[in-house]
Amino acid sequence: MSRPTYLLDRIRPDSHTLAAYQKSGGYEALRNALKSKTPTEVIDVVKASGLRGRGGAGFPTGMKWSFMPDPAKDKRPRYLAINADESEPGTCKDRVLMERDPHGVIEGVLLACYAMRASTAYIYVRGEYRESYNRLFEALREARAAGLVGRKIAGSEFSCDIWMHKGAGAYICGEETGLMESLEGKRGHPRPKPPFPAMFGLWGQPTTVNNVETVFNVPFILERGADWFRSMGTKASTGNLLVGISGHVNKPGVYEVPFGVSCKELVDGYAGGIWKGRKLKAWFPGGSSTGVLPGSAIDVPMEHDAIKNAGSMLGTAALIAMDDHACVVRAMEVVARFYDHESCGQCSQCREGTQWLSQIFHRIEIGRGRMEDVQMLEDLAKSMAPGKTICALSDAAAIPTLAIVKHFKDEIEEHVRLARCPFVDPAHAKRAGAFAHAH
Amino acid sequence: MALNNALLKEFDELLTHYPDKRSALIPALHRVQEENGGWISPELMEDLAKYLDLPPVEVFGVVTFYPMFRIRPRGKHLVNICHNISCDLRGAQDVVAKVCELTGAHPGGTSPDGRFTVATVECQGACTAAPMFELDGVFHENLDDERIEKILGAVR
Ligand SMILES: Cc1cc2nc3c(=O)[nH]c(=O)nc-3n(C[C@H](O)[C@H](O)[C@H](O)COP(=O)(O)O)c2cc1C
Ligand code: SF4
Ligand code: FES
Repeated sequence: MSRPTYLLDRIRPDSHTLAAYQKSGGYEALRNALKSKTPTEVIDVVKASGLRGRGGAGFPTGMKWSFMPDPAKDKRPRYLAINADESEPGTCKDRVLMERDPHGVIEGVLLACYAMRASTAYIYVRGEYRESYNRLFEALREARAAGLVGRKIAGSEFSCDIWMHKGAGAYICGEETGLMESLEGKRGHPRPKPPFPAMFGLWGQPTTVNNVETVFNVPFILERGADWFRSMGTKASTGNLLVGISGHVNKPGVYEVPFGVSCKELVDGYAGGIWKGRKLKAWFPGGSSTGVLPGSAIDVPMEHDAIKNAGSMLGTAALIAMDDHACVVRAMEVVARFYDHESCGQCSQCREGTQWLSQIFHRIEIGRGRMEDVQMLEDLAKSMAPGKTICALSDAAAIPTLAIVKHFKDEIEEHVRLARCPFVDPAHAKRAGAFAHAH
Repeated sequence: MALNNALLKEFDELLTHYPDKRSALIPALHRVQEENGGWISPELMEDLAKYLDLPPVEVFGVVTFYPMFRIRPRGKHLVNICHNISCDLRGAQDVVAKVCELTGAHPGGTSPDGRFTVATVECQGACTAAPMFELDGVFHENLDDERIEKILGAVR
């Protein structure tokens, strides 16, 4: 495969150190931008590159940055918050960048701050990512000592502080306004929008929230140019992205590919095919919040529009594969339990809806479902989304539910008819309890 | 334990990162929990509330919102087993069974000898190396029975 790569190319045993980073040209994009580009010019390059956010929604990054108010008219302090909460089930890509190439993240943060004229950034890392936190912490110490973070960076007039901030295990703090509340020392209750973060963010000040991988792309774009970036991927989704492939494949892993690569190639090529010589039965294209698709729909390009047309979403490009021995009801039982656990409870549709979904999938899976449950799942999911709640967690629970009902109705009904899960191996069930499945 | 001087000095520095005091709460709670053997007592919450000029009920509300904070003492070692989708597909249930068998703890509980607390947790971000657990904050990935025996056997 001779596709151009860049995101993971620097990774070596010592690639987390400043010495190694600078040897491979690190911080040159920053130095050059500080010398020869105005903040507005940096935004223009990022806009021209077509870079879209890698946190799940795929929002154009340059446009997001230009929503920040004009500093000549709005003199309030402004902030960048980096979303390193990475908790979407199936997703573990940002971790690779933070652990193996933390200076690349820091350089991206500095360029984003320069572009938006922010002089303070926070990197909100999920509490469980101890290694990511430590690596970034140490990299920041090195960068500060080298005059690359703090006052008058690299001899320029640009000053910027970067602070690490640890989360504490709540998925909802990955939602950008939940993240801001959490950073302010509160429970992670997302805020109603508007007002939007660019006007009213952290401590009520102008704020932008970006994903780790998003800002990691920025130094490359500035060094190599918008045209280079657009030469990879598709017209509407440019550049390369990190794809995590987990579940029933031979070689699970995080792979770098250009947008538009076929998901079939991801599973059969990159991930070495479905394990144990089995067939692909179902898959989530981009984490557990995206609609499940049947195995027959695997030949679709990994790219925002194509996956949308196939009836799902790119999400965090975390492909979760299930083989033909897996039970989709069991999978949804796990996923629904997760959203029930993580709902922050502010909106009734989400608080009650996730609880009901979890209970109904559970009872179907253990053989106590009723035929009416299928309709109830659908009605419930439709009452929870789209856009009916303060944040999209409610949608994240509703979307895979509707997809399962659409593509695997027969399998749900079979559970009800048999009054048990057709996939449970009775011998196995003895050891781990009634819900155990063979693998 | 009370908030000792070393910790307070650390917190004084932490406060310089933020425009207000409250924002230091969650990082400070992490440090308090680390220093207190893995849980946060009501007295410590009150001390921290006083230090940050917050009503204690606010601190309690935050502590109980976040799954990583514990309000009761736990065993000497903590095993957090991921039971979310990617791990479930590759045998998380077997990991739970094996860990419980070896430690004598039930999920959510502590072993009779007080050495291990075992919990199931949601996705830890190690999905491409499933199944996994976290032992005292360190990730152990690609688990099978043999590896679990080795890892838990090496714990003192
Ligand atoms: C429930 C929920 C959880 C989210 N979790 C994350 C996360 O862990 N990491 C992330 O980068 N974005 C997450 N997002 C998306 C963020 O709200 C936001 O769109 C993103 O951080 C913006 O960054 P980007 O424009 O660089 O993609 C989540 C959204 C929702 C609704
Ligand atoms: S949708 Fe759910 S998670 Fe989001 S704010 Fe409402 S209750 Fe909280
Ligand atoms: S599902 Fe277990 S680490 Fe992600």
